[in-house]
Amino acid sequence: MISPQSDQQNFSREPPGIPESPLVDLHPGRWQMALARARLALRSFRGGWAIFVESRIGVLSLATIVLFALMAISHPILMATVWDAEVYDPVTGYAFDRLDHPAPPNWRHPLGTDPLGRDVLSQLLSSTRSEFVLGITAALVTVGIATTVGAVAAYYGGLVDALFMRLADLIIALPGISLLIVLSALFRLNLFYLALIIGILGGFGGTAIILKSQALSIRVKPYIEAARVAGGGHFHIIFVHIIPNLLPLSLLYMMFTVTGAIFAEAVLSFLGLLDLRMSWGIMIHTANTGGYLLGGTRYWWLIIPAGASITFLCSAFYLVGRALDEVVNPRLRRHTS
Amino acid sequence: MTTSTHTPVLQVIDLSLRYQTRQGEVQAVEGVSFELQQGQSLGLVGESGCGKTSVATSLMRLLPENARLTRGQVRLNGTDLLELDDEEMRSYRWRRIAMVFQAAMNSLDPVHRVGQQIIEAIEAHGMETTVSDARERVARLFRMVGLDPQLMDRYPHEFSGGMRQRAVIAMALSCDPDLIIADEPTTALDVIVQDRILRELKLVQQELRMGMIYISHDIGVVAEVTDRIGVMYAGRLVELGDTADVFRSPMHPYTAALMSSFPSVHGERLPLQGLAGEPPNLIDPPSGCPFHPRCQYADEVCRTEFPERSIHEDHWAACWHPLEVTVTGDGSRDGCG
Amino acid sequence: MVADSHAVVSDLLMGGNGQALVAVEGLTKRFPVSKSLFRQASSFIHAVEDVSFSLAPGESLGLVGESGCGKTTVGKLLVKLIEPTSGQISFRFPSPDAGSGEAVDASTIRSADLRAFRRQAQMIFQDPYESMNPRRTIYDTIAEPLAVQGVGHLTDRVDRVTEILTQVGLTPAGSFLFRHPHELSGGQRQRVAIARALVIGPSFVVADEPTSMLDVSSRTGIMTLMQNLAQGLGISYLYITHDLAVARYMCHRIAVMYLGKIVEMAETEELLGNPLHPYTRALLSAVPVPDPTYRRDRPDIRGDLTLPINPPPRCRFYDRCPVATDHCRDNPHPPMEEHGPGHWVACYEA
Repeated sequence: MISPQSDQQNFSREPPGIPESPLVDLHPGRWQMALARARLALRSFRGGWAIFVESRIGVLSLATIVLFALMAISHPILMATVWDAEVYDPVTGYAFDRLDHPAPPNWRHPLGTDPLGRDVLSQLLSSTRSEFVLGITAALVTVGIATTVGAVAAYYGGLVDALFMRLADLIIALPGISLLIVLSALFRLNLFYLALIIGILGGFGGTAIILKSQALSIRVKPYIEAARVAGGGHFHIIFVHIIPNLLPLSLLYMMFTVTGAIFAEAVLSFLGLLDLRMSWGIMIHTANTGGYLLGGTRYWWLIIPAGASITFLCSAFYLVGRALDEVVNPRLRRHTS
Repeated sequence: MTTSTHTPVLQVIDLSLRYQTRQGEVQAVEGVSFELQQGQSLGLVGESGCGKTSVATSLMRLLPENARLTRGQVRLNGTDLLELDDEEMRSYRWRRIAMVFQAAMNSLDPVHRVGQQIIEAIEAHGMETTVSDARERVARLFRMVGLDPQLMDRYPHEFSGGMRQRAVIAMALSCDPDLIIADEPTTALDVIVQDRILRELKLVQQELRMGMIYISHDIGVVAEVTDRIGVMYAGRLVELGDTADVFRSPMHPYTAALMSSFPSVHGERLPLQGLAGEPPNLIDPPSGCPFHPRCQYADEVCRTEFPERSIHEDHWAACWHPLEVTVTGDGSRDGCG
Repeated sequence: MVADSHAVVSDLLMGGNGQALVAVEGLTKRFPVSKSLFRQASSFIHAVEDVSFSLAPGESLGLVGESGCGKTTVGKLLVKLIEPTSGQISFRFPSPDAGSGEAVDASTIRSADLRAFRRQAQMIFQDPYESMNPRRTIYDTIAEPLAVQGVGHLTDRVDRVTEILTQVGLTPAGSFLFRHPHELSGGQRQRVAIARALVIGPSFVVADEPTSMLDVSSRTGIMTLMQNLAQGLGISYLYITHDLAVARYMCHRIAVMYLGKIVEMAETEELLGNPLHPYTRALLSAVPVPDPTYRRDRPDIRGDLTLPINPPPRCRFYDRCPVATDHCRDNPHPPMEEHGPGHWVACYEA
């Protein structure tokens, strides 16, 4: 039987306690309009935030991301103030104060040094920034492409749709990491190119299909017809009606893409295929080429900091995405109201 | 049709229901009391959100998670349903009290034959022992609701909307319930089909001497099928009486306003009289009589105190200033307030 | 509003008169049942088949029928949301310098003319919850026709939207501009929908069941508002509804549709008082009456509505008709014939 909740839904349709309108002036000018819009944006952000903070895991994950962001910012500051570049540079530095590299954690090197005598903490902090740049660039490229492709394919249908969707099938059929390995063997991949490739693969691949199916459900809404009757053209409908309604879902997939990008970087770096100065993957790669991975937990400072960072940052972005899902997708909330 | 000498099939006493929502507690049902005699049908009318479906789902105890019954009794042949444990209640549903929902026609399982689904319901409640007896019973039910018994071996997709709704009604009748609750069973159907189903439902209900509660927002439909009518507003029952009496001389100003809001196709074209204002917010309902902000007769006592009425009168209204003049030929109404 | 223009209206029936605002001739729309990129469809739903009518300036025509009868398709064809398979729709919109302008054939309108067309022909949708973009404010929603057509500057538009909000009874208008649709009740949203349709000053509006999803109390308000606006602004409605009672209050004339065909058309009170087509009679007698003492005759209509997929050429109502004869079976769908002044029926037995 259908669940008998129609009355309850009806309640949700009543506007309970309408918040104060940001605009009551009868003949508002340009500035009042802009100000009212800004207040409205703030209000809807606060509404979303109120739901987001109800998810403990979401808040915890967001705190984790902020912590990593602080780590990324702290590296250049430390380098400019207390750390001597000759000792602490993540790539070219050498800890002259010790002879037993890799040295275990000590007062001068809180996370010890690597087999080449470089400070592990400095490497960890400087990599954090690269991971953010990589993750966010890949996410922006993916979602930018996927949202546009999804909206355009859903709106026009027919041949356009068929072309984009077959392309997506093709990309999904390709094994992602293997393809990246081949590409990195053929070209010298730096951080930016890697982000671009991951972004393009994601954007034309699976994410495009997901966003297209969402766009299809938006396309058949009566407000799209209403916009056409109002005189809106294709461009207007796609960019004013379809894409803004896709954005919440896009934001979600941005979070998931960050996770995927960081993970891909770790794998490729571990295999030593990327043209990067330093990254978490390279840190593990260095430990591996020296044979220290086989030493178990004896050389833990070579593996655990980088490994845990990859795990925590990836999980944090993923879990923030899941918490955002509750904000974006009212059906997932515990109390529908 | 008042047969007050018999013990009633159903006694609802002071029923109150709350929903917990993000915005606050919704007073969905507040102190609703009524009785239903054997073979009698009661219509519950009101606008969406007035609590009529909540009353029905409380009787069935099919409430969503965030609902809480705060007070009251629901006595079916003397047994308080709200006191039963879940197991006992399950044996009461279908056997003693059955319900047809608004979207019920979509609740048939698409992969099983329609007749088979009803047979399963019969067997699950131990009504018939052999398959041929059960099939015989389904054939009888089909004829009762105006379906050709030969259709019982068809699949739901081979049925039209009207036929599916009949099949669902047949299923609700399959275990000889003492009480059937119909929640807008014809709202999704076209008028011609609706008209035929209403006729058949009424015939069956009278033939089987069942109690029936018919819920609708359309007072025209309710007038067609019920002996008594209860008008709900803001979670409260505000008027109850024999259908003919209520239509001839509505006592509550809300009932009168509701009736004059319906355009009619027959007879003289009377001017439409609307109902000003919006239904109240049930998170923070108005003090006193909930209708007072929209009522032209409201005065001080209406604003402060809810007009309790004895439910044992044949026709009563919860109003401090009930209307006493019948509808006159030119459609104008006078209030004695 | 209703019983005033009998003489004018009867002149206009079935098109041909030069003064008609909208004249529809032989309008047909067939939807392919299954279409793919590489395969031609073999079956078609005959959603609208050879429909003709006309509408005078300021007149309201009710299009009544059950779900699936093609009434919404007619509405969408008239505002060019979909293109007809065949048939003519011509408009004679009032020109800016008073009087009627040139007649335009809707099927040939392109680009620049389409803009002008969109200023004259608008639509109000059925669902007040789904017909507004949930992310846009009430101001954005109502100002959309003005914005996309580049009418006025921002401050002009704000003033115009404020004005129309006041006209549709949402006051104080300023407090509604920056709300989102979900903050309003169903009745208020439908007022916003009306404001959006009227903000650009159309002369013809298709209203697709604007009250069917509303609560009783807001329904009356919307109906009254639409009547007052039509009178005040001289708007013609094509009012689509399944409810004859609503059509009675909103329309000068009613056309009854059955499976893509108009089967009967007459002035409102004439149609309700003297229905000639067996389908109209059935429809009329099936309307629930809020009067338990009312008794009526019920014609015997069999079966349910079907989809008109490649229908046989005979009368569309034949399978359900209580008065059908062999003549009805062996002949094509009956033509519309005038049985009284302005009372047109498509039935051999009427």
